[in-house]
Amino acid sequence: MATKQIIHGIFGDEVPMLEACKKLRAAGIRINDVFTPMPIHGIDAIIGLPRTRMAICAFIYGITGTSLATLMMWYMMVSDWPNDIGGKPTWAYYMAVPAFIPITFEATVFCAAHGMALTYLLRCWLIPGTKAKNPDPRTTDDKFMIYLELKEEQAKKAESILKECGVEEVNFKGTLQIEPKH
Amino acid sequence: MNTEIFTIPSKAKMASFILMGLGLVSIICMFMMDKGNEAEHYHAGTRAWSNVFAGSFFFAALALGAAFFLGLQYAAEAGWSTTIKRVIEAVAMYLPWGLSFLMLLFILGQFLHAHHIYHWMQPGVADPTSEHYDAVIAGKIGYFGVFWWVRTILYMVGWTWFTMKLRKNSLDADKLEIDVNNSFHWKNVKLGAWFMVVFAVTSSTATWDWIMSIDTHWFSTMMGWYVFSGMWISALVAITVLVIWLKKLGYLEYVTESTIHDIGKWMFAISFLWTYLYFSQFMLIWYANIPEEVIYFQTRWESYKTLMWTVFFVNFSFPMIMLMSRDCKRNFFFLMFVGTIIFIGHYLDVIMIVMPGTVGHSWTGLSWMEFGTFFFFLGLFIYVVLNALTKAPLRVKNHPFLQEALHHTT
Repeated sequence: MATKQIIHGIFGDEVPMLEACKKLRAAGIRINDVFTPMPIHGIDAIIGLPRTRMAICAFIYGITGTSLATLMMWYMMVSDWPNDIGGKPTWAYYMAVPAFIPITFEATVFCAAHGMALTYLLRCWLIPGTKAKNPDPRTTDDKFMIYLELKEEQAKKAESILKECGVEEVNFKGTLQIEPKH
Repeated sequence: MNTEIFTIPSKAKMASFILMGLGLVSIICMFMMDKGNEAEHYHAGTRAWSNVFAGSFFFAALALGAAFFLGLQYAAEAGWSTTIKRVIEAVAMYLPWGLSFLMLLFILGQFLHAHHIYHWMQPGVADPTSEHYDAVIAGKIGYFGVFWWVRTILYMVGWTWFTMKLRKNSLDADKLEIDVNNSFHWKNVKLGAWFMVVFAVTSSTATWDWIMSIDTHWFSTMMGWYVFSGMWISALVAITVLVIWLKKLGYLEYVTESTIHDIGKWMFAISFLWTYLYFSQFMLIWYANIPEEVIYFQTRWESYKTLMWTVFFVNFSFPMIMLMSRDCKRNFFFLMFVGTIIFIGHYLDVIMIVMPGTVGHSWTGLSWMEFGTFFFFLGLFIYVVLNALTKAPLRVKNHPFLQEALHHTT
Protein backbone atom coordinates (compact mmCIF):
# COMPACT_ATOMS: atom_id res chain seq x y z
CA MET A 1 0.00 0.00 0.00
CA ALA A 2 1.38 3.37 -1.02
CA THR A 3 -0.04 6.59 0.27
CA LYS A 4 -0.48 9.61 -1.93
CA GLN A 5 -1.31 13.11 -0.88
CA ILE A 6 -3.88 15.22 -2.70
CA ILE A 7 -2.62 18.77 -3.23
CA HIS A 8 -4.55 21.76 -4.50
CA GLY A 9 -2.30 24.62 -5.60
CA ILE A 10 -4.45 27.72 -6.03
CA PHE A 11 -3.22 30.63 -8.17
CA GLY A 12 -4.71 34.05 -8.82
CA ASP A 13 -3.44 34.31 -12.40
CA GLU A 14 -2.68 32.12 -15.37
CA VAL A 15 0.94 33.21 -15.91
CA PRO A 16 2.44 32.06 -12.55
CA MET A 17 0.34 28.90 -12.77
CA LEU A 18 1.76 28.00 -16.18
CA GLU A 19 5.24 28.81 -14.85
CA ALA A 20 4.64 26.42 -11.93
CA CYS A 21 3.40 23.73 -14.32
CA LYS A 22 6.57 24.00 -16.38
CA LYS A 23 8.77 23.83 -13.27
CA LEU A 24 6.87 20.88 -11.78
CA ARG A 25 7.21 18.95 -15.01
CA ALA A 26 10.89 19.84 -15.25
CA ALA A 27 11.30 18.40 -11.73
CA GLY A 28 9.70 15.17 -12.94
CA ILE A 29 6.42 15.61 -11.12
CA ARG A 30 3.27 14.39 -12.84
CA ILE A 31 0.44 16.93 -13.01
CA ASN A 32 -2.89 15.14 -12.63
CA ASP A 33 -5.13 17.99 -13.71
CA VAL A 34 -5.52 21.72 -13.98
CA PHE A 35 -8.73 23.66 -13.38
CA THR A 36 -9.09 27.11 -14.91
CA PRO A 37 -11.97 29.58 -15.28
CA MET A 38 -11.34 29.93 -19.02
CA PRO A 39 -9.71 27.79 -21.69
CA ILE A 40 -5.96 28.32 -22.04
CA HIS A 41 -4.61 27.55 -25.50
CA GLY A 42 -1.58 25.31 -25.60
CA ILE A 43 -1.87 24.16 -21.98
CA ASP A 44 -2.14 20.48 -22.96
CA ALA A 45 1.48 20.42 -24.09
CA ILE A 46 2.63 22.27 -20.96
CA ILE A 47 1.00 19.90 -18.47
CA GLY A 48 1.98 16.89 -20.55
CA LEU A 49 -1.39 15.66 -21.73
CA PRO A 50 -1.20 13.11 -24.55
CA ARG A 51 -2.47 14.19 -27.97
CA THR A 52 -6.23 13.92 -28.30
CA ARG A 53 -7.53 10.96 -30.30
CA MET A 54 -10.74 12.82 -31.13
CA ALA A 55 -9.54 13.47 -34.69
CA ILE A 56 -9.22 9.74 -35.31
CA CYS A 57 -12.72 9.22 -33.90
CA ALA A 58 -14.05 11.99 -36.16
CA PHE A 59 -12.52 10.32 -39.19
CA ILE A 60 -14.01 6.94 -38.33
CA TYR A 61 -17.46 8.43 -37.66
CA GLY A 62 -17.26 10.40 -40.89
CA ILE A 63 -16.36 7.35 -42.96
CA THR A 64 -19.23 5.50 -41.28
CA GLY A 65 -21.60 8.28 -42.33
CA THR A 66 -20.33 8.18 -45.90
CA SER A 67 -20.81 4.43 -46.09
CA LEU A 68 -24.25 4.47 -44.50
CA ALA A 69 -25.49 7.20 -46.83
CA THR A 70 -24.12 5.42 -49.88
CA LEU A 71 -25.68 2.14 -48.80
CA MET A 72 -29.02 3.80 -48.09
CA MET A 73 -29.20 5.63 -51.40
CA TRP A 74 -27.97 2.64 -53.35
CA TYR A 75 -30.68 0.47 -51.81
CA MET A 76 -33.51 3.01 -52.11
CA MET A 77 -32.72 4.61 -55.44
CA VAL A 78 -30.91 1.90 -57.37
CA SER A 79 -31.49 -1.57 -56.01
CA ASP A 80 -34.99 -1.65 -54.55
CA TRP A 81 -36.92 0.77 -56.73
CA PRO A 82 -34.93 2.45 -59.55
CA ASN A 83 -36.23 5.95 -60.24
CA ASP A 84 -35.89 8.17 -63.25
CA ILE A 85 -35.93 11.72 -61.93
CA GLY A 86 -35.50 14.54 -64.41
CA GLY A 87 -34.05 12.23 -67.04
CA LYS A 88 -31.34 10.97 -64.71
CA PRO A 89 -31.84 7.22 -64.62
CA THR A 90 -30.51 5.36 -61.62
CA TRP A 91 -30.01 1.92 -63.13
CA ALA A 92 -26.54 2.09 -61.65
CA TYR A 93 -25.17 4.22 -58.85
CA TYR A 94 -22.64 6.05 -61.01
CA MET A 95 -25.31 7.32 -63.44
CA ALA A 96 -26.70 9.85 -61.00
CA VAL A 97 -23.73 10.26 -58.69
CA PRO A 98 -23.75 14.11 -58.60
CA ALA A 99 -27.26 13.95 -57.13
CA PHE A 100 -26.03 11.67 -54.34
CA ILE A 101 -23.11 13.85 -53.33
CA PRO A 102 -25.03 16.38 -51.14
CA ILE A 103 -26.66 13.61 -49.10
CA THR A 104 -23.35 11.80 -48.72
CA PHE A 105 -21.79 15.01 -47.51
CA GLU A 106 -24.57 15.77 -45.05
CA ALA A 107 -24.60 12.26 -43.62
CA THR A 108 -20.82 12.39 -43.19
CA VAL A 109 -21.02 15.66 -41.30
CA PHE A 110 -24.01 14.45 -39.27
CA CYS A 111 -22.28 11.26 -38.12
CA ALA A 112 -18.95 12.94 -37.47
CA ALA A 113 -20.50 15.77 -35.43
CA HIS A 114 -22.88 13.63 -33.39
CA GLY A 115 -20.31 10.90 -32.89
CA MET A 116 -17.76 13.38 -31.61
CA ALA A 117 -20.22 15.10 -29.28
CA LEU A 118 -21.42 11.78 -27.82
CA THR A 119 -17.87 10.48 -27.48
CA TYR A 120 -16.87 13.61 -25.64
CA LEU A 121 -19.82 13.48 -23.27
CA LEU A 122 -19.36 9.79 -22.50
CA ARG A 123 -15.59 10.00 -22.15
CA CYS A 124 -15.94 12.87 -19.67
CA TRP A 125 -18.99 11.15 -18.17
CA LEU A 126 -21.14 14.26 -18.57
CA ILE A 127 -24.40 12.36 -18.78
CA PRO A 128 -27.60 13.80 -17.23
CA GLY A 129 -27.64 13.56 -13.45
CA THR A 130 -23.88 13.56 -12.89
CA LYS A 131 -22.53 15.67 -10.06
CA ALA A 132 -19.95 18.35 -10.80
CA LYS A 133 -16.48 16.92 -10.28
CA ASN A 134 -14.85 20.23 -9.56
CA PRO A 135 -12.72 19.97 -6.40
CA ASP A 136 -12.81 23.71 -5.73
CA PRO A 137 -15.72 25.79 -7.07
CA ARG A 138 -13.63 28.94 -7.00
CA THR A 139 -11.92 27.72 -10.19
CA THR A 140 -15.12 28.51 -12.06
CA ASP A 141 -14.79 32.12 -10.96
CA ASP A 142 -11.33 33.65 -10.68
CA LYS A 143 -8.91 31.02 -9.37
CA PHE A 144 -6.54 28.69 -11.21
CA MET A 145 -5.76 25.34 -9.64
CA ILE A 146 -3.12 22.69 -10.14
CA TYR A 147 -4.33 19.33 -8.87
CA LEU A 148 -1.66 16.86 -7.78
CA GLU A 149 -1.59 13.38 -6.27
CA LEU A 150 1.90 12.78 -4.93
CA LYS A 151 3.90 10.60 -2.57
CA GLU A 152 5.34 12.15 0.59
CA GLU A 153 8.81 13.09 -0.67
CA GLN A 154 7.52 14.44 -4.00
CA ALA A 155 4.80 16.41 -2.23
CA LYS A 156 7.43 18.38 -0.31
CA LYS A 157 9.30 19.20 -3.51
CA ALA A 158 6.08 20.20 -5.27
CA GLU A 159 5.07 22.46 -2.41
CA SER A 160 8.33 24.35 -2.54
CA ILE A 161 8.08 24.75 -6.32
CA LEU A 162 4.50 26.04 -6.02
CA LYS A 163 5.55 28.56 -3.35
CA GLU A 164 8.49 29.67 -5.42
CA CYS A 165 6.11 30.47 -8.29
CA GLY A 166 3.82 32.60 -6.16
CA VAL A 167 1.02 30.23 -5.25
CA GLU A 168 -1.78 31.80 -3.19
CA GLU A 169 -2.77 28.70 -1.24
CA VAL A 170 -1.50 25.16 -0.98
CA ASN A 171 -4.29 22.96 0.32
CA PHE A 172 -3.66 19.39 1.44
CA LYS A 173 -6.88 17.49 0.91
CA GLY A 174 -6.19 14.20 2.60
CA THR A 175 -4.58 11.06 1.26
CA LEU A 176 -5.27 8.34 -1.28
CA GLN A 177 -4.48 4.69 -0.87
CA ILE A 178 -2.92 3.30 -4.02
CA GLU A 179 -2.57 -0.42 -4.64
CA PRO A 180 1.04 -1.21 -5.49
CA LYS A 181 1.55 -2.40 -9.04
CA HIS A 182 2.40 -6.06 -9.44
CA MET B 1 20.94 41.61 -40.69
CA ASN B 2 18.15 44.04 -39.90
CA THR B 3 15.09 41.84 -39.49
CA GLU B 4 12.65 44.73 -39.10
CA ILE B 5 13.10 46.20 -42.56
CA PHE B 6 12.90 43.81 -45.47
CA THR B 7 15.41 44.11 -48.29
CA ILE B 8 14.81 42.13 -51.48
CA PRO B 9 17.47 39.43 -51.83
CA SER B 10 19.26 39.84 -55.17
CA LYS B 11 18.37 36.26 -56.11
CA ALA B 12 14.66 36.92 -55.69
CA LYS B 13 14.89 40.12 -57.72
CA MET B 14 16.79 38.21 -60.40
CA ALA B 15 14.20 35.42 -60.40
CA SER B 16 11.32 37.86 -60.82
CA PHE B 17 13.09 39.58 -63.74
CA ILE B 18 13.87 36.24 -65.39
CA LEU B 19 10.21 35.21 -65.03
CA MET B 20 9.06 38.51 -66.49
CA GLY B 21 11.54 38.30 -69.38
CA LEU B 22 10.66 34.71 -70.16
CA GLY B 23 6.99 35.58 -69.97
CA LEU B 24 7.33 38.64 -72.17
CA VAL B 25 9.15 36.65 -74.85
CA SER B 26 6.46 33.97 -74.82
CA ILE B 27 3.67 36.56 -74.89
CA ILE B 28 5.24 38.13 -78.01
CA CYS B 29 5.72 34.71 -79.64
CA MET B 30 2.16 33.80 -78.68
CA PHE B 31 0.71 36.83 -80.45
CA MET B 32 2.77 36.11 -83.56
CA MET B 33 1.91 32.43 -83.69
CA ASP B 34 -1.77 32.51 -82.77
CA LYS B 35 -3.42 32.21 -86.20
CA GLY B 36 -7.15 32.33 -86.51
CA ASN B 37 -9.61 29.84 -87.91
CA GLU B 38 -12.49 31.84 -89.30
CA ALA B 39 -14.47 28.72 -90.18
CA GLU B 40 -14.91 28.03 -86.48
CA HIS B 41 -15.44 31.69 -85.59
CA TYR B 42 -12.02 31.70 -84.02
CA HIS B 43 -10.22 34.98 -84.67
CA ALA B 44 -6.47 35.38 -84.81
CA GLY B 45 -4.97 36.19 -81.44
CA THR B 46 -8.01 35.21 -79.41
CA ARG B 47 -6.14 32.64 -77.38
CA ALA B 48 -3.26 35.06 -76.84
CA TRP B 49 -5.59 37.80 -75.65
CA SER B 50 -7.50 35.35 -73.46
CA ASN B 51 -4.27 34.27 -71.85
CA VAL B 52 -3.29 37.83 -71.11
CA PHE B 53 -6.76 38.40 -69.71
CA ALA B 54 -6.55 35.28 -67.52
CA GLY B 55 -3.16 36.35 -66.17
CA SER B 56 -4.32 39.90 -65.51
CA PHE B 57 -7.50 38.74 -63.86
CA PHE B 58 -5.98 35.98 -61.73
CA PHE B 59 -3.39 38.21 -60.09
CA ALA B 60 -5.72 41.21 -59.77
CA ALA B 61 -8.28 38.93 -58.12
CA LEU B 62 -5.59 37.48 -55.88
CA ALA B 63 -4.62 40.95 -54.67
CA LEU B 64 -8.28 41.72 -54.19
CA GLY B 65 -8.63 38.53 -52.16
CA ALA B 66 -5.79 39.70 -49.92
CA ALA B 67 -7.43 43.13 -49.53
CA PHE B 68 -10.65 41.38 -48.59
CA PHE B 69 -8.82 39.18 -46.10
CA LEU B 70 -7.18 42.25 -44.57
CA GLY B 71 -10.54 43.98 -44.22
CA LEU B 72 -12.00 40.81 -42.76
CA GLN B 73 -9.32 40.66 -40.06
CA TYR B 74 -10.24 44.21 -39.01
CA ALA B 75 -13.99 43.72 -39.23
CA ALA B 76 -13.77 40.53 -37.16
CA GLU B 77 -11.20 42.13 -34.83
CA ALA B 78 -9.02 39.08 -35.26
CA GLY B 79 -5.83 39.04 -33.26
CA TRP B 80 -3.90 36.07 -34.61
CA SER B 81 -3.02 37.68 -37.94
CA THR B 82 -1.46 40.85 -36.54
CA THR B 83 2.09 39.55 -36.91
CA ILE B 84 1.60 38.76 -40.61
CA LYS B 85 -0.46 41.88 -41.38
CA ARG B 86 2.30 43.54 -43.38
CA VAL B 87 2.51 40.49 -45.64
CA ILE B 88 -1.25 40.57 -46.30
CA GLU B 89 -0.98 44.28 -47.05
CA ALA B 90 1.95 43.74 -49.41
CA VAL B 91 0.01 41.14 -51.41
CA ALA B 92 -2.93 43.54 -51.62
CA MET B 93 -0.62 46.25 -52.95
CA TYR B 94 -0.60 44.52 -56.33
CA LEU B 95 -4.26 45.50 -56.76
CA PRO B 96 -3.71 48.77 -58.70
CA TRP B 97 -1.34 46.97 -61.07
CA GLY B 98 -3.72 44.12 -61.70
CA LEU B 99 -6.68 46.43 -62.20
CA SER B 100 -4.65 48.59 -64.61
CA PHE B 101 -3.98 45.57 -66.81
CA LEU B 102 -7.67 44.71 -66.79
CA MET B 103 -8.63 48.29 -67.61
CA LEU B 104 -6.15 48.34 -70.48
CA LEU B 105 -7.68 45.17 -71.87
CA PHE B 106 -11.20 46.55 -71.53
CA ILE B 107 -10.24 49.76 -73.35
CA LEU B 108 -8.49 47.80 -76.11
CA GLY B 109 -11.54 45.63 -76.55
CA GLN B 110 -14.26 48.26 -76.39
CA PHE B 111 -12.73 51.18 -78.24
CA LEU B 112 -10.08 49.64 -80.48
CA HIS B 113 -11.68 46.21 -80.98
CA ALA B 114 -8.27 44.65 -80.64
CA HIS B 115 -9.64 41.42 -79.21
CA HIS B 116 -12.83 39.38 -79.06
CA ILE B 117 -12.92 38.32 -75.45
CA TYR B 118 -16.32 39.94 -74.96
CA HIS B 119 -18.84 39.17 -77.63
CA TRP B 120 -21.06 42.09 -76.58
CA MET B 121 -18.26 44.61 -77.28
CA GLN B 122 -18.59 43.90 -80.98
CA PRO B 123 -20.35 46.78 -82.79
CA GLY B 124 -23.74 45.93 -84.19
CA VAL B 125 -24.69 43.07 -81.84
CA ALA B 126 -27.83 44.97 -80.83
CA ASP B 127 -28.61 46.29 -84.28
CA PRO B 128 -31.17 44.11 -86.12
CA THR B 129 -29.90 45.26 -89.50
CA SER B 130 -26.31 44.31 -88.77
CA GLU B 131 -24.84 40.95 -89.76
CA HIS B 132 -23.47 40.66 -86.20
CA TYR B 133 -26.97 40.96 -84.70
CA ASP B 134 -27.50 38.69 -81.71
CA ALA B 135 -31.03 38.63 -80.34
CA VAL B 136 -30.03 37.38 -76.88
CA ILE B 137 -27.35 40.02 -76.41
CA ALA B 138 -29.67 42.69 -77.81
CA GLY B 139 -32.04 41.89 -74.97
CA LYS B 140 -29.26 42.42 -72.41
CA ILE B 141 -27.56 45.37 -74.04
CA GLY B 142 -28.91 47.87 -71.50
CA TYR B 143 -26.80 46.18 -68.85
CA PHE B 144 -23.68 46.50 -70.98
CA GLY B 145 -22.31 49.56 -72.75
CA VAL B 146 -22.26 52.74 -70.67
CA PHE B 147 -23.78 51.13 -67.57
CA TRP B 148 -21.11 48.42 -67.64
CA TRP B 149 -18.35 51.03 -67.85
CA VAL B 150 -19.76 53.02 -64.96
CA ARG B 151 -19.83 49.89 -62.81
CA THR B 152 -16.35 48.82 -63.84
CA ILE B 153 -14.88 52.20 -62.96
CA LEU B 154 -16.75 52.23 -59.64
CA TYR B 155 -15.42 48.78 -58.67
CA MET B 156 -11.87 49.68 -59.55
CA VAL B 157 -11.88 53.06 -57.83
CA GLY B 158 -13.78 51.73 -54.81
CA TRP B 159 -11.62 48.69 -54.15
CA THR B 160 -8.39 50.60 -54.67
CA TRP B 161 -9.56 53.35 -52.35
CA PHE B 162 -10.45 50.90 -49.56
CA THR B 163 -7.20 48.97 -49.95
CA MET B 164 -4.99 52.04 -50.00
CA LYS B 165 -6.85 53.61 -47.09
CA LEU B 166 -6.50 50.45 -44.96
CA ARG B 167 -2.81 50.38 -45.73
CA LYS B 168 -2.34 54.09 -45.09
CA ASN B 169 -4.09 53.98 -41.70
CA SER B 170 -1.98 51.00 -40.72
CA LEU B 171 1.24 52.81 -41.66
CA ASP B 172 0.14 56.08 -40.07
CA ALA B 173 -0.55 54.31 -36.78
CA ASP B 174 3.06 53.15 -36.67
CA LYS B 175 4.40 56.65 -37.27
CA LEU B 176 3.13 57.65 -33.82
CA GLU B 177 5.14 56.85 -30.72
CA ILE B 178 2.08 55.42 -29.01
CA ASP B 179 -1.41 55.39 -30.45
CA VAL B 180 -3.24 56.15 -27.22
CA ASN B 181 -6.85 55.39 -28.13
CA ASN B 182 -5.98 53.01 -30.95
CA SER B 183 -7.62 55.64 -33.13
CA PHE B 184 -6.14 54.35 -36.39
CA HIS B 185 -7.11 50.81 -35.51
CA TRP B 186 -10.73 51.81 -34.93
CA LYS B 187 -10.74 53.74 -38.19
CA ASN B 188 -9.63 50.57 -39.94
CA VAL B 189 -12.22 48.46 -38.12
CA LYS B 190 -14.93 50.74 -39.46
CA LEU B 191 -13.34 50.83 -42.89
CA GLY B 192 -12.94 47.07 -42.93
CA ALA B 193 -16.58 46.55 -42.01
CA TRP B 194 -17.73 48.89 -44.79
CA PHE B 195 -15.39 47.18 -47.21
CA MET B 196 -17.01 43.84 -46.36
CA VAL B 197 -20.42 45.29 -47.23
CA VAL B 198 -19.22 46.82 -50.48
CA PHE B 199 -17.18 43.77 -51.39
CA ALA B 200 -20.05 41.37 -50.74
CA VAL B 201 -22.01 42.99 -53.56
CA THR B 202 -19.26 44.09 -55.92
CA SER B 203 -17.29 40.83 -55.89
CA SER B 204 -20.36 39.10 -57.31
CA THR B 205 -21.40 41.78 -59.76
CA ALA B 206 -17.83 42.33 -60.98
CA THR B 207 -17.60 38.63 -61.72
CA TRP B 208 -20.80 38.82 -63.73
CA ASP B 209 -19.51 41.85 -65.61
CA TRP B 210 -15.97 40.71 -66.29
CA ILE B 211 -16.08 36.92 -66.25
CA MET B 212 -19.63 35.75 -66.81
CA SER B 213 -20.14 38.18 -69.71
CA ILE B 214 -17.49 36.28 -71.67
CA ASP B 215 -20.19 33.63 -72.12
CA THR B 216 -22.70 36.37 -72.86
CA HIS B 217 -25.66 34.08 -73.48
CA TRP B 218 -25.20 32.17 -70.30
CA PHE B 219 -25.86 33.10 -66.68
CA SER B 220 -25.37 31.62 -63.23
CA THR B 221 -26.03 33.24 -59.89
CA MET B 222 -23.33 31.07 -58.34
CA MET B 223 -20.54 32.35 -60.57
CA GLY B 224 -19.75 35.30 -58.31
CA TRP B 225 -19.07 33.22 -55.23
CA TYR B 226 -17.26 30.59 -57.20
CA VAL B 227 -14.77 33.11 -58.59
CA PHE B 228 -14.57 34.82 -55.19
CA SER B 229 -13.63 31.58 -53.42
CA GLY B 230 -10.94 31.02 -56.04
CA MET B 231 -9.43 34.45 -55.45
CA TRP B 232 -9.60 33.98 -51.70
CA ILE B 233 -7.71 30.69 -51.71
CA SER B 234 -5.10 32.04 -54.14
CA ALA B 235 -4.53 35.02 -51.85
CA LEU B 236 -4.17 32.73 -48.84
CA VAL B 237 -1.61 30.61 -50.65
CA ALA B 238 0.36 33.69 -51.67
CA ILE B 239 0.35 34.93 -48.06
CA THR B 240 1.34 31.52 -46.64
CA VAL B 241 4.20 30.99 -49.06
CA LEU B 242 5.47 34.52 -48.51
CA VAL B 243 5.36 34.20 -44.70
CA ILE B 244 7.20 30.88 -44.73
CA TRP B 245 9.77 32.19 -47.19
CA LEU B 246 10.37 35.29 -45.05
CA LYS B 247 10.78 33.08 -41.99
CA LYS B 248 13.34 30.96 -43.83
CA LEU B 249 15.26 34.14 -44.67
CA GLY B 250 15.34 35.05 -40.99
CA TYR B 251 12.58 37.66 -40.91
CA LEU B 252 9.35 37.35 -38.92
CA GLU B 253 10.99 35.16 -36.27
CA TYR B 254 8.20 36.21 -33.87
CA VAL B 255 5.49 34.63 -36.05
CA THR B 256 4.53 31.54 -34.08
CA GLU B 257 3.98 28.10 -35.49
CA SER B 258 0.34 28.45 -34.47
CA THR B 259 -0.12 31.48 -36.72
CA ILE B 260 1.15 29.45 -39.67
CA HIS B 261 -1.08 26.57 -38.58
CA ASP B 262 -4.00 29.01 -38.70
CA ILE B 263 -3.28 30.10 -42.27
CA GLY B 264 -2.98 26.41 -43.09
CA LYS B 265 -6.48 25.90 -41.68
CA TRP B 266 -7.73 28.77 -43.83
CA MET B 267 -6.19 27.16 -46.90
CA PHE B 268 -7.85 23.86 -46.06
CA ALA B 269 -11.23 25.44 -45.33
CA ILE B 270 -11.36 27.71 -48.38
CA SER B 271 -10.36 24.82 -50.63
CA PHE B 272 -13.60 23.25 -49.48
CA LEU B 273 -15.55 26.46 -50.02
CA TRP B 274 -14.24 26.48 -53.59
CA THR B 275 -15.15 22.82 -54.08
CA TYR B 276 -18.59 23.39 -52.64
CA LEU B 277 -19.32 26.22 -55.08
CA TYR B 278 -17.68 24.53 -58.06
CA PHE B 279 -19.66 21.37 -57.49
CA SER B 280 -22.94 23.09 -56.60
CA GLN B 281 -22.89 25.14 -59.77
CA PHE B 282 -22.23 22.02 -61.80
CA MET B 283 -24.75 19.86 -59.99
CA LEU B 284 -27.64 22.33 -60.25
CA ILE B 285 -27.07 22.87 -63.96
CA TRP B 286 -26.64 19.14 -64.55
CA TYR B 287 -29.83 18.36 -62.66
CA ALA B 288 -32.04 21.11 -64.10
CA ASN B 289 -30.84 20.25 -67.60
CA ILE B 290 -31.97 23.53 -69.20
CA PRO B 291 -30.30 23.89 -72.63
CA GLU B 292 -29.25 27.51 -72.23
CA GLU B 293 -27.44 26.67 -68.99
CA VAL B 294 -26.06 23.28 -69.97
CA ILE B 295 -24.22 24.78 -72.94
CA TYR B 296 -21.61 26.13 -70.51
CA PHE B 297 -20.61 22.70 -69.27
CA GLN B 298 -21.10 21.07 -72.63
CA THR B 299 -18.22 23.05 -74.14
CA ARG B 300 -16.08 22.20 -71.14
CA TRP B 301 -17.07 18.56 -71.15
CA GLU B 302 -16.36 18.14 -74.86
CA SER B 303 -13.16 20.12 -75.34
CA TYR B 304 -11.75 20.74 -71.87
CA LYS B 305 -12.34 17.46 -70.08
CA THR B 306 -8.75 16.92 -68.95
CA LEU B 307 -8.49 20.46 -67.65
CA MET B 308 -11.84 20.18 -65.89
CA TRP B 309 -10.89 17.02 -64.00
CA THR B 310 -7.37 18.26 -63.31
CA VAL B 311 -8.72 21.43 -61.75
CA PHE B 312 -11.19 19.43 -59.66
CA PHE B 313 -8.68 16.92 -58.31
CA VAL B 314 -5.82 19.34 -57.81
CA ASN B 315 -7.96 21.89 -56.00
CA PHE B 316 -10.16 19.53 -54.03
CA SER B 317 -8.81 16.03 -53.39
CA PHE B 318 -5.19 17.09 -53.18
CA PRO B 319 -5.51 19.69 -50.41
CA MET B 320 -8.14 17.55 -48.67
CA ILE B 321 -5.81 14.60 -48.29
CA MET B 322 -2.61 16.56 -47.82
CA LEU B 323 -3.81 19.18 -45.35
CA MET B 324 -6.21 17.13 -43.24
CA SER B 325 -3.90 16.37 -40.35
CA ARG B 326 -2.65 18.92 -37.87
CA ASP B 327 0.98 17.93 -38.36
CA CYS B 328 0.79 18.66 -42.10
CA LYS B 329 -0.51 22.15 -41.45
CA ARG B 330 2.39 22.77 -39.07
CA ASN B 331 4.98 21.43 -41.49
CA PHE B 332 6.41 24.37 -43.45
CA PHE B 333 7.66 22.26 -46.32
CA PHE B 334 4.27 20.61 -46.71
CA LEU B 335 2.39 23.90 -46.70
CA MET B 336 4.75 25.37 -49.30
CA PHE B 337 4.44 22.27 -51.48
CA VAL B 338 0.65 21.95 -51.31
CA GLY B 339 0.25 25.73 -51.60
CA THR B 340 2.32 25.92 -54.79
CA ILE B 341 0.38 23.08 -56.41
CA ILE B 342 -3.05 24.52 -55.63
CA PHE B 343 -1.86 27.96 -56.69
CA ILE B 344 -1.21 26.56 -60.16
CA GLY B 345 -4.48 24.63 -59.86
CA HIS B 346 -6.41 27.83 -59.36
CA TYR B 347 -4.65 29.49 -62.26
CA LEU B 348 -5.80 26.57 -64.40
CA ASP B 349 -9.26 27.13 -62.96
CA VAL B 350 -9.23 30.69 -64.34
CA ILE B 351 -8.00 29.34 -67.69
CA MET B 352 -10.93 26.94 -67.65
CA ILE B 353 -13.34 29.76 -66.85
CA VAL B 354 -12.06 32.05 -69.61
CA MET B 355 -11.01 29.86 -72.54
CA PRO B 356 -14.21 27.98 -73.46
CA GLY B 357 -16.04 31.29 -73.91
CA THR B 358 -13.40 32.76 -76.19
CA VAL B 359 -11.35 30.01 -77.82
CA GLY B 360 -14.19 27.49 -77.64
CA HIS B 361 -13.75 24.18 -79.42
CA SER B 362 -10.53 25.34 -81.08
CA TRP B 363 -8.73 24.61 -77.83
CA THR B 364 -5.80 22.23 -78.26
CA GLY B 365 -4.85 21.69 -74.66
CA LEU B 366 -2.49 23.46 -72.28
CA SER B 367 0.71 24.68 -73.86
CA TRP B 368 3.69 26.94 -73.32
CA MET B 369 1.40 29.91 -74.05
CA GLU B 370 -0.52 29.48 -70.79
CA PHE B 371 2.62 28.93 -68.73
CA GLY B 372 4.53 31.73 -70.44
CA THR B 373 1.80 34.25 -69.67
CA PHE B 374 1.57 32.91 -66.13
CA PHE B 375 5.32 33.44 -65.69
CA PHE B 376 5.14 37.04 -66.84
CA PHE B 377 2.41 37.97 -64.41
CA LEU B 378 3.94 35.90 -61.62
CA GLY B 379 7.26 37.69 -62.05
CA LEU B 380 5.59 41.08 -61.99
CA PHE B 381 3.48 40.08 -59.00
CA ILE B 382 6.54 38.89 -57.06
CA TYR B 383 8.42 42.07 -57.86
CA VAL B 384 5.58 44.41 -56.90
CA VAL B 385 4.79 42.53 -53.69
CA LEU B 386 8.39 42.28 -52.52
CA ASN B 387 8.83 45.93 -53.31
CA ALA B 388 5.76 46.76 -51.21
CA LEU B 389 7.22 44.69 -48.36
CA THR B 390 10.34 46.86 -48.23
CA LYS B 391 8.24 50.02 -47.77
CA ALA B 392 7.40 49.47 -44.10
CA PRO B 393 8.80 47.63 -41.08
CA LEU B 394 7.63 44.01 -41.10
CA ARG B 395 6.63 44.23 -37.49
CA VAL B 396 3.50 46.19 -36.66
CA LYS B 397 4.09 48.61 -33.79
CA ASN B 398 0.81 50.16 -32.67
CA HIS B 399 -1.84 47.52 -32.81
CA PRO B 400 -4.04 46.52 -29.85
CA PHE B 401 -3.74 42.81 -30.69
CA LEU B 402 0.01 42.71 -31.20
CA GLN B 403 0.71 41.06 -27.84
CA GLU B 404 -2.04 38.54 -28.43
CA ALA B 405 -0.55 37.59 -31.78
CA LEU B 406 2.98 37.34 -30.39
CA HIS B 407 1.76 34.83 -27.81
CA HIS B 408 -0.62 33.08 -30.16
CA THR B 409 -0.93 29.36 -29.43
CA THR B 410 -3.58 26.91 -30.47
